[in-house]
This record gives sequence, C-alpha cells and structure tokens, in this order.
Amino acid sequence: MENKVTNILLVGVGGQGIILASEIMADVFMEAGFDVKKSEVHGMAQRGGSVSTHVRFGPRVYSPLIKEGEADIYLAFEELEALRYLSFLSPDPVILLNEQRLNPPGVSLGNEDYPADVKEVLARRAKTFKSIPARDLAIRAGDARAANVVLLGTLHSLLSIPEKTWIDQILKRFPANAGPANLEAFRLGKTA
Amino acid sequence: MEKRAVLSGNEAIARGAFESGVKVAAAYPGTPSTEVLENLGTYPGSHVEWSPNEKVALETAMGAAFGGARALAVMKHVGVNVAADPLLTLSYTGLRGGLVLVTADDPEMHSSQNEQDNRHYARFAKVPMLEPSDSQEAKDFTRIAFDLSEKFDTPVMLRTTTRVSHSKSIVRLDEPIVPPVKPALVRDPGKLVMLPANSRRRHPVVEKRMEEAARFAETFSGNRVEWGDPKVGIITSGISYEYAKEVMPGASFLKLGMVYPLPKELIRSFASRVEKLYVVEELDPFIEEQVRAMGLAVEGKSSFPILGELNPLLVEKGLKNLPPREKEEPSRRLPARPPIMCPGCPHRGVFSVLNKLKLFVTGDIGCYTLGFLPPLSAIDTCVCMGASIGHAMGLDKALGEEALGKVVAVIGDSTFLHSGITGLLNVVYNRGAVTVIILDNHTTAMTGRQDHPGTGCTLKGEETFEVDMVKLAKSLGVKHVKVVNPYDLAAVERAIKKEVNRPEPSVIISKAPCVLSRREKGVSGKPLSVHSELCAGCRSCLRLGCPALAWVKEEGINAQGKKRKGRAQIDSFLCNGCTLCAQVCKFGAIQGHDGK
Repeated sequence: MENKVTNILLVGVGGQGIILASEIMADVFMEAGFDVKKSEVHGMAQRGGSVSTHVRFGPRVYSPLIKEGEADIYLAFEELEALRYLSFLSPDPVILLNEQRLNPPGVSLGNEDYPADVKEVLARRAKTFKSIPARDLAIRAGDARAANVVLLGTLHSLLSIPEKTWIDQILKRFPANAGPANLEAFRLGKTA
Repeated sequence: MEKRAVLSGNEAIARGAFESGVKVAAAYPGTPSTEVLENLGTYPGSHVEWSPNEKVALETAMGAAFGGARALAVMKHVGVNVAADPLLTLSYTGLRGGLVLVTADDPEMHSSQNEQDNRHYARFAKVPMLEPSDSQEAKDFTRIAFDLSEKFDTPVMLRTTTRVSHSKSIVRLDEPIVPPVKPALVRDPGKLVMLPANSRRRHPVVEKRMEEAARFAETFSGNRVEWGDPKVGIITSGISYEYAKEVMPGASFLKLGMVYPLPKELIRSFASRVEKLYVVEELDPFIEEQVRAMGLAVEGKSSFPILGELNPLLVEKGLKNLPPREKEEPSRRLPARPPIMCPGCPHRGVFSVLNKLKLFVTGDIGCYTLGFLPPLSAIDTCVCMGASIGHAMGLDKALGEEALGKVVAVIGDSTFLHSGITGLLNVVYNRGAVTVIILDNHTTAMTGRQDHPGTGCTLKGEETFEVDMVKLAKSLGVKHVKVVNPYDLAAVERAIKKEVNRPEPSVIISKAPCVLSRREKGVSGKPLSVHSELCAGCRSCLRLGCPALAWVKEEGINAQGKKRKGRAQIDSFLCNGCTLCAQVCKFGAIQGHDGK
C-alpha cells in the first residue's frame, strides 16, 4: 500500500479529538520517512460543527486534499458524519467506525431523524469494515478522551509502520501522567 | 541532522518571520490568519501584539519599519480592507526595515463574510505579492519577502489561502539571521511625510520600482518552469499548483511564486513552447486576464470555477474535460450539523430574549453571529466588523418613530473595540435613538479566545490595563449604560424593553465570560435534569438551541394529565447548569439533580 500515496480521511464532530489524531499521524508518517500533508478547516469547528480532516502520505505528496473517490482509509468518529463524506471513498476502502452518536441540532429539536442504517451502509460500502466502541475502550483504558488514540491503534494495525514510531509520537503529545492511559488506549485499539 | 517539523502554513510563516529577525509583529485575529501571531508569540526576541484592529496593526508595523526594524502585519482578507488606507500610501513612502503584510484569503468562505481575492490589492497598492503553495514555501517566501521589501524599498504582501494557512506539510528549520538594516531613529521627511508635494515626487518612484520588480520576477527562483509534455502548459500558483500537479503531473508547468508583478517574458516564452495554455487559479481571473492582455490564447475561467475553492477533482475536470462523476451512493438528505453556540454560552440568553421580543437585530462579526441560526433566529444584518451600530443608526434616521422600540444593535466586546467605538460616538454625536448591546464575554471567542484591550492581558500573557466598557461608553456621551447578567433572562428582557424604547442613545452590556475561557471561570453549575413526569412536551426549552437539550419522541401523558408527543432530555455530560432552560420552563420540570 505504501508505494503510492495513501489517503486517510477523518470525519466527525468538533471536539472529538480528530485534529489531534491527524497531527499525531502526520508526525508518525514523517518520522517513518514519508512525505506527508494534511488539511482541515477549523475556526468554527470547536462549536460542534462537522469536521473533516485529510491526511496523505507517500513518497511525494502534492495536494493536501484527497480527490473525491480516492480515500483509502476512512476513520469516522461519529455515525451520522460517517454518511456525509461517502463520495470521497475509493471503490474498496477500509472503514473504521467509532460507535458514537452525537445529535445535530435538527435531531435535538425533534425536527429530523438520526439515520438508523449507518452500519449497514458502511458495511456494504467497505472492503473492510470495523465498528469500534472507541469511547468504551478509552474509558476502560482510563481516559474517556482517548477514543481518538484507540482509533490510532486500529489504524496502526492496518499499516506497516513500526509500533515504536506511533508510541513515541503519542507520548510526545500528552503530559507524562496521561501517558499510560493513552498507551493502553492504543493497545486496545490495535486488537479492536 | 537537519531539523524538520510538520507545520501549518501559518506556523511556517511565523517560523520564517522568526528566522528573518522580525522585531515587531502586529495583527488582529481573523480566520484563517490567527495562528501566525499565536505561534510567533512563542518565539523569543520580538514584540508580538494583538492590535485593536488591522489598521492599527499595519500602522504599528510601519512605524517599526520606518525605524529600520523588520516588521510583520498579519490579517485575514477582509482585514486588509480595514488596513487599506495606510497600505496604499505606505506603498509611496517605502520603509527602512523590511515590512511584510500577510493576507490570508478564505476562498469558499469557510469562516468569512465574502471571498474577495486580495491579489487585486497588490496591483491596487502597487506592491509585490508572493504566494506560497505549501508550508516550506510559506517559510521560505516569508524570508524572501523581507529581503525584497528592503531591496525594492516597498512593503511586500504574502498571500495565503485557507488551504495553505491550515494545511500542514514538512518544513526544514533554519536558524534566525541578524537583519542587514540596523534599527535607528532617522529623519527622512521628504519620504515619510506624504503631503501632496512629497507624494508627487514619490509616485514616479513607485512606478519605477514596480518596473524593476517586474524585471526581477523574470529570474526570481520562485517563478520556475517544470518542463513536461509540451501539449499542455499550465500557469499556476499557490494551492492550485498542488492540485494541478496532483492530477496532471506530466504536463509542463510555469509555477509562479510571485503573482504580482508577473514575469511577462517568462510567460511569453513558456506559452510559445506549449500547444495549449491554461491558467489554473482560484477565485478571480487575476493572472488569466493579464496573460490575455499580452495577446496570448489561454483557457482559464472557462474551464475552472470563479466561485469557491478549487480541489483536485475540479482541476482534473477542467484540464481533462471530464464528464461529471457518477455518484455511487444515491444522494440522501442528512441532518445538517452547523456550528452552534456552546452549552452555557452567555450569548444564548440574550438571543432567546431578542427572538421573543421579535426585534430587528443589526448584527456583527463573532460567535454571536450564530444567533442567526434557528431556533434563535435573531440576527437581521451582518456585513463587517463594527457595522451593527451604523446599521442601527441608519435605520433610526431613515424610519424615525417607526423604528423606535423595534431595532437593536448587538456587537461583541472585541468587535466593539475593533471598530464599534466610532459608530457609537456617531450615535451620540448625531443624536440617534439607538440601543447597542455589547456582548462582553471578555475575549475574542470566535477565533479561539485571543486577548484584546478589554481583557487586561497581552498576547504574551503579560498583565496590562483593562479598558472599562461602562466608563468608555459614558465618556463617549452615552447617558444610559446598563450592565446585565445574561444568565438572568427576566433581567435581560426588562433591560432590553426599557432601553429600546428610549428616544436616546443607550448601551446594555451583557457581561459574563466565555464558557471556554482559559483564565476565568465561566458558568459552571451542576448539570440539570428534566423531571420527566412534569415535562409537558412544549419544547420551550428546545427553542434555546442548547446542544445539551434533546427531544425524545414518546407519546404519553405527564403528571398533570397533559397529553404530549415527547419530552425534553438533558445530556448531563454537556450541561453546565446555566439554568436558562429552567427559567423558560413553565412547568417547573427542569431542576437540579437534588431537586433544587
């Protein structure tokens, strides 16, 4: 997979730790010797809006944006958001879904329904589909906020980048006392 | 081993300014530019400040550059409109130390009110403009911009777009240099005092300088030809270069690092050696029209949209003339997820009252602009920083009695200090019957909580004087200034009703810190809960638009025997106990967990 540019699309809701996860990834890919670019739009994201972040790595990366129809790996942090960016997926994507639902305003107000068929749609669309209770696993690891690191663990299991590179970059991002919970979250993600 | 880091375009510009030996840097926060100064503030050795607005920022940078120091001013695209007055004459004076003005444009309007193309400012102000394509170039071009500024005695604009400012890529780090010019107080009135006689002498200097800059552009290393297949020649710059390279790597490229002035000989020779010539650029046909004016046949906006951002697919479609891609998934309507005010946001109460009173609300730029969205739906105008007050004044003068009691202006604390003060001064001076609500959350919230002259703290975290909003309004001549607690809905409603009906200028200051404040404790009560037997299913609480409140569809009867189609529910993880929902509930159904 890593002879060409690999496209990873992360989607979810502002505040879920998506940007941090993508920054750890970018550092990992650079340390592993690849060219890497990533892009997202922030500014209004912390106010609970829809977020998508593109991460691309390979021998030489030009565009920071993934071309529609070419995302190889799809990390969906939230179920509704998982349906929003399907046009970006390649014909045979790996889809990792975090089992979490966050109601958008229209659903909270009772004006719209939260889609009921997320997993079926994703399973049908994916070459490989994994549904991961990342928040539960993060709580088991000792920190509910580490759901993003659980998903990084699962991503690691799909790529051939040394585990040590991931662990070094994860530990760099957190204060020492948060290290053990994040490492455990990463470990639980690997086998999820 | 060389040091490398994955940096955003904005982080790379900060690094480039640091490596250039910048002495003074000033900005007003604005997406997508904000992180430049936030990052520069973490480096040692320079004065880095949040100015009250972009005009002050550029003037401060100018003063520093007149004194021989290297200076940086940073703003979003619309911020340059505010700073345009000093910019267009700074072009005449030139400077001693290098001055770089960063304009961060926002094609697609991810977080802006328009998508103006600020390349036009380079031509308008007659100054050179560089445009990086990635973070390495963002850093390199910042350094080059300082050198060019001193070489040609001109401010240099560095233009980014959201995708360059906010994308990350690998950057090689270098050590800072000592700038060639030494800061000193040097009088040069013939150059720095722009009275007509002096200005008339300076204008020909500007024209000659731009001719020299155009000659320099012909051999500038940032303008480069990458020969490939001669069938297709692509002239491009900025992020568009990356998209075009991505989808047609084998074509011939003329990659422009300097987008004004253009290297016309280079363009002519490139055009003569390719069969079909394209210009790939976002927004306006800025390069295309200049190429066309040279008499060259070129495809540009006929193949690529003038609206919004480009992306690899759009560029591929334009270059390869592809049919629209078939969607594999039938498109389905998904519930939208717009940004909304945070749970416990101090703006929410004010907007719920404004909605209830059905006032015409002239709005401004900030988090509170989200008060436009349903269910609060209580903003009627929003154009630019500080405009809310002028809008209310104009409505008052146009409609008189008819508007009295029906119009109110809302403006945030940072926006008021940016450009609302003069509007309020005008209301007093010209006897407007205008009420202004200053939504004072003690920070510049929308851009990520930056300090301003009303917070008592500088960009570097030093304690400083904190402007007193009440005294400020009174000193402008406003007699009626009322401070309210936005978490007390009854008090907010009383104050607004009273002040909007007053045939005189008045100010209501809604005062409570942003719930995301790092320094201050915002509202932080215990989470509330809905007593489900008491809930009548009336949805009053839901009309606050709080993310912590949700509707549960469930037909039934409440404790009073009222039929209901569902009931409200509070997410205790999101709720921070601001109590607004308890205040609007007529059935006493929303309580603390201990029943209080």
